Amino acid sequence: MQKPRVNNALTGWLMVSPLAVVLFIFLVLPIVMIAVVSFWQTTAFSVIPAFQFDNYEFLFGSPVTYTVFVNTFKYAILTWMFTVVIGFTVAYYLAFHIRSLTWQVALFLLCTIPFLTSNIIRMISWIPFLGRNGIANSALISWGVIDQPVEWLLFSDFSVVLAFVHIYTLFMVVPIFNTMMRIDKSLIEAARDGGANGAQILWNVIVPLTKPGIMIGTIFVVTLVMGDFFTVRIMSGSQSANVGRLISNDISLLQYPSASATAIILLITVLIVIGILLRFVNIRKEL
Amino acid sequence: MTRYTARNGLSRRTLLKTGVAAAAGTLAAPMVWAQSNIVLRQAGTGVSAFNDIATKVQDDLGITLEMTALDSDSVTQRVATQPDSFDIADIEYWICKKVWPTGNMQAMDTSRIANYDKIAGTFRSGKLTPTSDIAQGTAPHTVGFTSGANGKDFIQEESGWMTLIPTIYNADTLGIRPDLINRPIRNWSELLNPEFKGKASILDISSIGIMDMAMVVESMGEYKYPDKGNMTKAEIDLTLGIFTEAKKNGQFRAFWKSFDESVNLMASGEVVIQSMWSPAITAVRAQGVPCIYQPLEEGYRSWGGGMGLAASLKGAKLDAAYEYINWYLSGWAGGFLMRQGYYSAVPETSKEFMSADEWGFWYEGKKSKGDIVSPQGSKLEGPGAVRDGGSFIERMGAVACWNSVMDQNQYMVRKWNEFIAA
Repeated sequence: MQKPRVNNALTGWLMVSPLAVVLFIFLVLPIVMIAVVSFWQTTAFSVIPAFQFDNYEFLFGSPVTYTVFVNTFKYAILTWMFTVVIGFTVAYYLAFHIRSLTWQVALFLLCTIPFLTSNIIRMISWIPFLGRNGIANSALISWGVIDQPVEWLLFSDFSVVLAFVHIYTLFMVVPIFNTMMRIDKSLIEAARDGGANGAQILWNVIVPLTKPGIMIGTIFVVTLVMGDFFTVRIMSGSQSANVGRLISNDISLLQYPSASATAIILLITVLIVIGILLRFVNIRKEL
Repeated sequence: MTRYTARNGLSRRTLLKTGVAAAAGTLAAPMVWAQSNIVLRQAGTGVSAFNDIATKVQDDLGITLEMTALDSDSVTQRVATQPDSFDIADIEYWICKKVWPTGNMQAMDTSRIANYDKIAGTFRSGKLTPTSDIAQGTAPHTVGFTSGANGKDFIQEESGWMTLIPTIYNADTLGIRPDLINRPIRNWSELLNPEFKGKASILDISSIGIMDMAMVVESMGEYKYPDKGNMTKAEIDLTLGIFTEAKKNGQFRAFWKSFDESVNLMASGEVVIQSMWSPAITAVRAQGVPCIYQPLEEGYRSWGGGMGLAASLKGAKLDAAYEYINWYLSGWAGGFLMRQGYYSAVPETSKEFMSADEWGFWYEGKKSKGDIVSPQGSKLEGPGAVRDGGSFIERMGAVACWNSVMDQNQYMVRKWNEFIAA
């Protein structure tokens, strides 16, 4: 009895080792390297190995850091709110209102069509649309809704969140749709037989059963938004910053240690956020 | 050499002037390059990366030029951290100050540069004319020479070893949309005038942007810098403080980083006054949108660009690089780039590749007689037009400062990052 068990354990270890090795080399080592560099020293053109806390001191000592982190959370939360509402609605429609599987698949694929072009193109195409003399403003003026072009449409938090929602909603639709498709339809029938109305079924049956999907979508959207820098730069006209942009500015000015320190703090923050999210829902049920 | 000079129709006299020795030394060269398929990878800012130049180099020298256009900070980063990713760095002098000490570039022997003696004084002695003053900031000649082939230092006089071979330079100022402003603009301080709230922009490249800011701060009468090109920490705080406040008050519509962004901001009317580069003005005008490169009373902020060799270049590739640089200074490229408003570092040779009318318009500040066209041939001005700011001497003579890398660069960069994030 004893021997096969040892063998089993050994086989288990051997089976995970290729993935473990890959993850160690391409994930763990780079992160360790970033952590090490974050303690280094820097001059205008070179990086000097050292062990000092200057980079962290500067990071935590600057009031800008805090506003930038607040900004990052603001974008993440706003984007999450919109994507979850839109994503849930779209998935709900696909899963419960479309009866035939063929149509479900067809409409689902339709959702992905905008994703055949690159993120950047989809984002940049908003700029001429939202601009001072753009289509949105000219349309509103010609309808008599406004007299003066609306300035906050472009290069503002509005345009940043709009672009995020546009780019990332599908990441919410997919996991929610996936969970909804697994909901046993007889549960809904049972609820209806028990006298529940549509709203009650939605709130007491469908939403709780969809939670893991919402959570997976949330993790996607939150981590993507918190790690983004390009959307914020383009859509705010370089006027607003999130942590990603702080890091990218540092990198472009050759401040690698300072960028590393910021990256480590961002990593820790995102891990804490995900840790908190995972306490709400057990996503293992989904896997 | 003979091959391309013949094609370009360079006069016999000029050819003789370049010297029999130089000609003999490179006589067989073009054929060699054609046979060995030499490829030179050039990394630089977008302002001088034109396919037209690459095509011409291919035709004249048989060298394949692969150009990568990046924004200034990305070029700096590439030269400093990826020394094997380029053969020729087409950069500015302030970038040179940052990256030269890394040892990723090698000095150039001026005795191998045929037109060295014709390079403008600004890049050699620092003086435009023998009597002119040298402006504040990182003036090209202060970082243009080094002690030897492997020197990592900067030498203040002509040492025979150049860090960059100068190619083009210009005096920058604010660009405006006259049709949307409808009144004369005379001072740098107008950039922060509340009249243009939400319609102004400044560039997000610290070494250049800080100098534009300094011009504005002085123009507003807030502070007079002893040396704008080398600010103290307190001066950096003051300068960025004024601009951070303006930013929070909504003065700026956007910041731009690459010059095409500035073109879009201006052409779409999002912005009516902003820091701008000459080719951007040309590009806006080529779209039929009125745009002026407004000369201002306080003077210009100037920059100089040049080409440096990667430290790894050797043998035939190094010879090809010298050949290419000699070609660049021989006039065609200078003439081409002068049509977008730049000045060639070797004006004498470029003159040969421009019509008298073009030379009069771009260099001498004279009224145009016929149409003035962009490098790509689209019409910029009709007859009777005068260049904004006038002649070369009027414009370059009014330079108040150069783009700079300061002693407190490290501090400035961090503060700049805060300004962008604020």
